[in-house]
Amino acid sequence: MALPGQQELTHLEEFMEGVWKQNPVFVMVLGMCPTLAVSVSAVNALAMGLATTFVLLGSTLLVSLMRKAVPKEVRIATYIVIIATFVTVVDYLIAAISLELYEALGAFIQLIVVNCIILGRAEAHASKNPPLRAATNALGMGLGFCIGLFALGAVREILGAGKLFGVALFGPDFQPWVVMVLPPGGFFVLGGWLLLFNWLRRRQGGALKPAEGHVHG
Amino acid sequence: MQDYLLILIGTVFVNNIVMAKILGLCPFMGVSKKLETAIGMGFATTFVLTLASGASYLIDTYLLGTDLFYLRTLSFIVVIAGIVGFTEMFIRKTSPVLFRVLGIYLPLITTNCAVLGIPLLNVQERHGFVESLFFGLGGALGFTLVLVLFAAMRERLEAADVPLPFKGTSIAMITAGLMSLAFMGFSGLIR
Repeated sequence: MALPGQQELTHLEEFMEGVWKQNPVFVMVLGMCPTLAVSVSAVNALAMGLATTFVLLGSTLLVSLMRKAVPKEVRIATYIVIIATFVTVVDYLIAAISLELYEALGAFIQLIVVNCIILGRAEAHASKNPPLRAATNALGMGLGFCIGLFALGAVREILGAGKLFGVALFGPDFQPWVVMVLPPGGFFVLGGWLLLFNWLRRRQGGALKPAEGHVHG
Repeated sequence: MQDYLLILIGTVFVNNIVMAKILGLCPFMGVSKKLETAIGMGFATTFVLTLASGASYLIDTYLLGTDLFYLRTLSFIVVIAGIVGFTEMFIRKTSPVLFRVLGIYLPLITTNCAVLGIPLLNVQERHGFVESLFFGLGGALGFTLVLVLFAAMRERLEAADVPLPFKGTSIAMITAGLMSLAFMGFSGLIR
């Protein structure tokens, strides 16, 4: 997000913003409910990431196009209705593509509505930027979210089931670490990733601020 | 009566909304730095969630029915935003004291995924009206319980000497994981 007085970012920088610098999972720690609940396997995590990216892209594009038409007082309500519409679309889309996946993700597809990443992007970025820029930023954020979810899902699947994408990695003697696919495992793995990022950031000399105080749903 | 009691105990302990269903993590992590704010947030959420649970049941059954089911997500989120706004006005008029305590948390509740999640789960599990109310109340009480416990722990963590890279969100996540492990001990209590 370009602050006033700051130089405008190029489109590539805008894209990389969400992938790396402001990664929604590792740096901003946003949208934790779907992150933790759905990341029991790599496939589920990626599906959730793609669904969220779709909603993010669609709604930021629409919000950006309508940014001059929407009165300030009702903007949040407008954003929520726009987001909910796209969520409904993706909800039925997933049900049509794979019923198995639809059941695995459960209510969390509909809960994309209250994912703070989307509302946050709509409010903080798309409402102030032209469509192309908003879409670039949204794609970057979406990709960053996918990467974060995949990092969690892959670790949990490998440790908790000894598989990756359903393919067994270890021999038949592997003892699965079942806790990792249960809710506590989600907390532990995300805690571990945050720890790693904190550590890396400190080694770089603390140029970036720690993620503390940014936590929202 | 026994059924309702079971729903209540089940949602507070066994299927705790934060620890077992992983909903409402946003306020769980965001508002748990201080015990006082955690209690305020807990009560505000309990109030809204119980109302939202009942109201969304009525909307789903009598307004949407079987024809307009695709408007469910959309109408639920609008209903919740409406209830939050209504609660805010109502509390401000009737009890300025309560408003001072809960006021700042009310707008945050709209984006609490538990508040949307419980009505959606009600639909999924085909709960009746009273069941929905109890499910909402139980879920919210469970949320409050966990939030207050977690806030108390985090206050101590602030003062604890944890290794530097762990500081902040990382240690909070791991603490939440341990808490979630403890809550797994309740599984099997009911059903």
